[in-house]
Amino acid sequence: MTEESWILPNKKTALVVLILLCCFSYTAGQTSDDSLNIVKDSLLTPPPDVTPVMPKNVTAEDIPNDAGGSIRITWDLSPDDHVGGKVKEYRIYRSDQIDGDYEEVGASMMGQAGFTDNSAETGNQYFYKVAAINYQLFNGETVWQVMSETDPIGPMKSTAQWFNMDRLNVFIGIIILCGSIIYFILAAKGGKKFYIRKIAGIEEVENAVGRATEMGRSIYYIPGINDMDDVQTLASMTILGKVSEIAAQNDTRIDVPVSRSMVMVTAKEIVKESYSKVGRPDAHQEDQVRYLTDDQFGYAAAIDGLFIREKPATIFLMGAFFAESLIMAETGNSIGAIQIAGTAMPAQLPFFVAACDFTLIGEEMFAASAYLSREPKLLGSLKGQDVGKAIFILAILIGVILESFGVDVSRLFSVR
Amino acid sequence: MRREIPMAITFIVGFVFLFAYFIPHPPFNEFENTFNDSFSIIAAFAIWLGALNLIKISLVKIFKKKSDVLHSSFIVISFLVIVFFGFYDGIRGLYADPVFSFRDQGTGFNWLYEYVYSSLSATMFALLAFFVASASYRAFRARNLEATILLIAGILVMLGRVPIGDLMTGWLPDAFQISNWANWIMNIPNTAGQRAIMIGIALGLVSTSLRIILGLERAYLGGD
Repeated sequence: MTEESWILPNKKTALVVLILLCCFSYTAGQTSDDSLNIVKDSLLTPPPDVTPVMPKNVTAEDIPNDAGGSIRITWDLSPDDHVGGKVKEYRIYRSDQIDGDYEEVGASMMGQAGFTDNSAETGNQYFYKVAAINYQLFNGETVWQVMSETDPIGPMKSTAQWFNMDRLNVFIGIIILCGSIIYFILAAKGGKKFYIRKIAGIEEVENAVGRATEMGRSIYYIPGINDMDDVQTLASMTILGKVSEIAAQNDTRIDVPVSRSMVMVTAKEIVKESYSKVGRPDAHQEDQVRYLTDDQFGYAAAIDGLFIREKPATIFLMGAFFAESLIMAETGNSIGAIQIAGTAMPAQLPFFVAACDFTLIGEEMFAASAYLSREPKLLGSLKGQDVGKAIFILAILIGVILESFGVDVSRLFSVR
Repeated sequence: MRREIPMAITFIVGFVFLFAYFIPHPPFNEFENTFNDSFSIIAAFAIWLGALNLIKISLVKIFKKKSDVLHSSFIVISFLVIVFFGFYDGIRGLYADPVFSFRDQGTGFNWLYEYVYSSLSATMFALLAFFVASASYRAFRARNLEATILLIAGILVMLGRVPIGDLMTGWLPDAFQISNWANWIMNIPNTAGQRAIMIGIALGLVSTSLRIILGLERAYLGGD
C-alpha cells in the first residue's frame, strides 16, 4: 500500500492544486497592484478646497540671554489647524534678502505655534516666511501637497548677550554669599575668633584612626567614584590629607584604592606629603594609593573584596557616591569596621546613615577641611557660609508669607 | 613654583567657569568648552597611569608572592585578555571588508563584554537588593522615637507604592487610602528635608569652590 497524504491524495492532484494556487496568487497580485494604482491615480489630484488658511501674526525675535545663533519664530495657529483639519504641519523658510530665494530651515507639527532656528549666524540678517502645509501620503510617498505661506517678516539678526539676565537672581545670591564669606575671611585674618559648632563625624576622625592603631589593622579611605573635576572629590582629598597625617603620626597604614587615574595622582601626592609633614617619609609606601578600575560596579566589587580580606578597623567613605554606596558601606559594616562617611549626594545619604557610624551630611563634608585644620581663614569662610544660610532662610520665610497672601514671588527664585 | 602654577591655573579656570555661567557671549562660552576638552584629554592620558599602576602593583604582588597572589593573577590575566581581544579585533576589523569595529557583534571583545563584563556588573548591582534589606532591618528597628517614626513612614511608603496597599485601603475614603499617605510623605516632609539638605550642599559647594579658587584651600595640592 502506497503512503498518501490525507490532504492531497496523489502527486497529480497536488501538482494541479499547486498550479491553481500560483495562478490565483498571480491574478490576485495583478488585481491588487491594479487596484493600488487606481487608488493612487485617484489621489494624485488634490480635491478642491484643501488649501489651508495661512497662519497669522508671524513674529521673529532674537533668543535672549544666549550666545547668538538662534532666532525664535512664532505665529498664531491657522483656523484650519485642528484634528481632521487642513493643516498637517508648518514649514519655516528663510532668506537673507526679502525677495531672495527662501530655503526651508525646519518644520513644526500641527498645533505648534513656534519654531527656533538654531542655524542662524550671529550678526546676519534674515527674513522668514511660515507656510501651512496640507498633503496626502500614499504608501509613504507624497502624492500631492498644497500650502499657503505668509508674507516675509524681518529683517531679524541674532546677537550674543554679555549677561544672562535669566540668571540675575543667582548672580545676586552668589555676590551676597561670596561677599559674606570674604568679609568673614578678612575678619578672621584680622584676628577675630569664631565659634564653630561640633560636628560629631569630624570629631570622631581621630578616635577612628586611633582605633585602627590599637587594633593593629589598616585604615581604608574611599574617595568616591567621581573625578577631580567634582568639588566633592576635591573636598575629599582635603580630608584625606588630614586623615593620612593622623595615620602617619600613629604609624598606622592607610590604604586609598581609587577609581580614577587623576584622583590616584592627586591622592598619591597628598598621602606622601602627609607622611613627610609628620617626619615619617620612610613609613610611606608606594602601593598605599592604588588605582583599581573606572567601572562603578567593578570598583565596588574590588573594594568589597579588599574589605573582606584585609578587615580594616576603620573605613572612610568620603566623596561622590552612587548606587555602590550601600554595597561598600554594608560590607564595611559586616566586618565590624568603624565607618565615617560623607557625601553631597542626597540620594545616598540615607544609605550611609543606615550603614555607617557617622555621616557627614552634605555641607558638613565641605566644612570638614576647615574644621580639621582649624585655620582661622578657613573657619571664617564657614562663618560666612552660615550667614549666607541665614539670609536664605529669611528669604524662604518671606517667600512663604508672601505666597500665602497670594503674592507670586516664585519667579524671583526660579533658575533657568 | 610647584604650588604657584597649579594655583594660578585653578584661579584662572575657576573664574572663567564662573563668568561663563553668567556671560553667554563669546569667548567665554568657547573657553568653557576648551577647558572641558582639555580636562578630557588629560584624563584620557591619565588612564594609562592608572592601568600601569594597577598592573605594576599586581605584578609585584605575584613575583614577591605577597598576599592576594590569586586575585592579582586574575587582574593581570583579565587585563591582558581584554587588551588582546581589543587590539586583535580592532586590527582585524580595519582590514576586513566591510570594515568593522572591535565593539561590533561577533567579535571576541564584544563577547567578553556581553557575557562576562555585563553579567558581572549586573550581579554586583543585584547585590544591592540584599544590602538594602539588611540596612533597612537595622535602620527600622524601633529603638527610639525617631527610629519609630522612620519605621512607620517606611512601612506606609512601601505599602503605598505596591498594589496590596490599595487593595487594603481602596474601599476607604480618599483621605484614608494608603497610597495617598505615601504620596503625602514623599511630597511634603521628604521633599522639605531633601531641599534643606540640597540648599546646605549648594552653600557648601559655593564656599568650598571660592576657597579653592582664591587659593585658601590648598590641601588638594599636597600638604596645607
